[in-house]
Amino acid sequence: MFAPVYLDNNATTRPDPLVIEAMLPFLNERFGNASSRHEYGRLSRQAIDEARQRVAEAVNAHPTEVVFTGGGSEANNLFVKGAAAARRPGLVGISAIEHPCVRAPAVQLRRLGWEVRVLDVDSEGVLDVASFERCVADRPAFASVMLANNESGVIQQVAALAPLLRRAGAWLHTDAVQAFGKIGVDFRALGVNAMTLSSHKIHGPIGAGALIVDKRVELEPLIAGGGQERGLRSGTENVAAIVGFGRACELAVQRMSDDARRISMLRTRLEAGLAGCGVRFFSAGAERLPGTSFFSVPGIDGETLVGKLDRAGFAVASGSACSSANPEPSRTLVAIGVDERTARSAIRVSIGRANTEQEVDDFLTAFGRIVDQLGKLAAVSA
Amino acid sequence: MAYSEKVLDHYENPRNVGGFGKEEEGVGTGMVGAPACGDVMKLQIKVGKDGVIEDAKFKTYGCGSAIASSSLVTEWVKGKTVDQALDIKNTQIAEELALPPVKIHCSILAEDAIKAAVADYKKKHTD
Amino acid sequence: MLKFPIYLDYSATTPVDPRVAEKMIPYLCEHFGNPASRSHAYGWEAEKAVEEARAEVAALVNADPKEIIWTSGATESNNLAIKGAAHFYKGKGKHVITLKTEHKAVLDTVRELERQGFDATYLDVKEDGLVDLDALKAAIRPDTVVVSIMFVNNEIGVIQPISEIGEICRERGVVFHVDAAQATGKVEIDLQKLKVDLMSFSAHKTYGPKGIGALYVRRKPRVRLEAQMHGGGHERGLRSGTLATHQIVGMGEAFRLAREEMAAENERVRQLRDRLADGFKDMEAVYVNGDVERRVPHNLNISFAYVEGESLIMAIKDVAVSSGSACTSASLEPSYVLRALGRNDELAHSSIRFSIGRFTTEEEIDYTIDLLRRKIDKLRELSPLWEMVQEGVDLNTVQWAAH
Repeated sequence: MFAPVYLDNNATTRPDPLVIEAMLPFLNERFGNASSRHEYGRLSRQAIDEARQRVAEAVNAHPTEVVFTGGGSEANNLFVKGAAAARRPGLVGISAIEHPCVRAPAVQLRRLGWEVRVLDVDSEGVLDVASFERCVADRPAFASVMLANNESGVIQQVAALAPLLRRAGAWLHTDAVQAFGKIGVDFRALGVNAMTLSSHKIHGPIGAGALIVDKRVELEPLIAGGGQERGLRSGTENVAAIVGFGRACELAVQRMSDDARRISMLRTRLEAGLAGCGVRFFSAGAERLPGTSFFSVPGIDGETLVGKLDRAGFAVASGSACSSANPEPSRTLVAIGVDERTARSAIRVSIGRANTEQEVDDFLTAFGRIVDQLGKLAAVSA
Repeated sequence: MAYSEKVLDHYENPRNVGGFGKEEEGVGTGMVGAPACGDVMKLQIKVGKDGVIEDAKFKTYGCGSAIASSSLVTEWVKGKTVDQALDIKNTQIAEELALPPVKIHCSILAEDAIKAAVADYKKKHTD
Repeated sequence: MLKFPIYLDYSATTPVDPRVAEKMIPYLCEHFGNPASRSHAYGWEAEKAVEEARAEVAALVNADPKEIIWTSGATESNNLAIKGAAHFYKGKGKHVITLKTEHKAVLDTVRELERQGFDATYLDVKEDGLVDLDALKAAIRPDTVVVSIMFVNNEIGVIQPISEIGEICRERGVVFHVDAAQATGKVEIDLQKLKVDLMSFSAHKTYGPKGIGALYVRRKPRVRLEAQMHGGGHERGLRSGTLATHQIVGMGEAFRLAREEMAAENERVRQLRDRLADGFKDMEAVYVNGDVERRVPHNLNISFAYVEGESLIMAIKDVAVSSGSACTSASLEPSYVLRALGRNDELAHSSIRFSIGRFTTEEEIDYTIDLLRRKIDKLRELSPLWEMVQEGVDLNTVQWAAH
């Protein structure tokens, strides 16, 4: 039986059985193309509308503000490139710790004549408000600040930033992919103009996401064609994934407070144990998502450590999954001033809904043993 | 497109399908619309000596709402004088059939068909 | 026993083959990992499944797996191919060529390029729906960078001469993109032989799931693209975004089944299509749209003259078909594809696309023929146009009231 302990819930989550159950009819008899006018099509259209309602309700938005995409990366690209395409080149502000799918499209804008300003964070990974205010004073067209970081779990005070930008007549976007389902996410209360959500981080399927976008924002689509999603995202709708996403949103809201309390307790237990192994925690002084723990073991290579943990039956991450393909050290850590050597030893444990105390304890036992072994090796070779 | 029950009823069981001889006594013929627009309605009224419409027939090339609109007006014009028939407004037709906004043009076409049929009748019978 | 409505709209989308769904489900359940997770077995399991599926997709079209890039579907593939190549090669020139009968995903992408300062030529097709090769040759200019022509038309099912077009484009040094969304599993595709540089695929037209597609990007000679989706650097930087393992596995299995079963399935489907066409043969004023021979066996597109399209669809609601392309059917515009063939608006309005597939039965075809014949008789009985034609009136001479 293939079942290592999964402690990498910020990379992706296991779809909930209720989500899968909701999806299965759409991989079976309810297969219509939502654009078709016959009964098969109407049933698919109806299912998408219901899912849209559920997503909107989960984040206190209006259903007409929900644009379904193929995932969070696409939604972030749609906002950054789509908003830029609707305006004349000017200034854009992004935080230094944005996910690559915000940072990379923003960097692309430079070729089109945009100035892209990267806003500082402090040593805990919290956005430097003075840096943000300086950007606002220079009249940006829009800015993007993530609600919670995928590596450190640090939560930004986005609701406090929104009025500053609004007064400047600029749009604020927040990447809420990691925050949603873990802390309360209220589109209206945040006061942002656009927000990105992803299905597979909240026990929904991979392959669906949304850009929540209010009426004030003008956007050009990234994908042209049949004109689905009010012309903002063409292509035959992925009905099964959208339905699964809708169901996952509903479950996330229902279960959030229980999940958050339990997961938070597990992390406290985890970090208490880790502290005894001499790890260095990152951003532990900041407000963080309940399940994320980001740390390094001085002198031990992160890749080696996660490899040993994997063989011992524990799945954790070294740096964020999406950028694991490249060997660069974590940008989140570089941004908070961590040296490259320490950054390379970083490990992220992200606890999810299904994890148990026993699993945390087992992890700590294995971790202690492996760190001991590696520490001795390091001492011998030194 | 969700059709109202009344549209479906007229579509499934259109009333007064057919026609009269165009040159018959008391007959007025209205043909409105164009094939390229997707609807053509032919409405015929047969008017008695007393100026009351005794009978009406239609044929329609068009969507379900167009068929229902023309079927409905054949029922409505019967028993009315030609001038009373002219009082039938497209809004009444649209309301009766619960037409969605994109189908309002069908009711306008039906109103136009009545006007055309009455005009044809009057033209033939003014002398 | 018949199940209603009878589904004859396989070109809009296909059901997921149960064998495909069965392969997908474990990747929603125990093997749910993110294929980009490089630090644990969940990630590796997912990555392995993704690579196996890539090999299956490549095998169907005789390509190298390294030439296959995952996307969210053919629409995204078309956008990535056309904008990606046009942007990359814009130093060489800013002219693109496509057909008037392409899918919206291609036409709208080319229009977007026009707004960005590119020049576009939209070629007419011949009356049979096929490209005029001489017209194509004449349209290629020194500054032409991309030609985009679909393999199989979604509305009329005609198969374009991709091999000949490839020769022309290669000789003139123009990137050739082919939208093959409607072609996989229906016509043989051999990318070792065809001189195609970029080719778009969709899973959900070939019994795979929605939300997944692929783009073939030729390596020899190498074709370069500018990415349209940026981020974590997935798919060798050409298309960022977490890969949907279960959907990819589904596409791989669907394409594997297509490869193995295509020959037998096409023969069966052809017999059903011919049976359907024969059922309407003796009716008056019925026209097949598009070339009859150079067409996939799945498609029959017919205009029933003097009957309005929407009322026809309403009359045959027991049969799920398209009048015009599914993607544009929200509007009341007559099909631009049929208009490009020179069909007038009435015939375009009264066209029905029947598309037959893997689960269509003979009984369904027979029911459909009977239903259509009855309903068309009824609607023609209602039609003033039919009456006039019976009376010998030439409708082209009639002055229609402006409306």
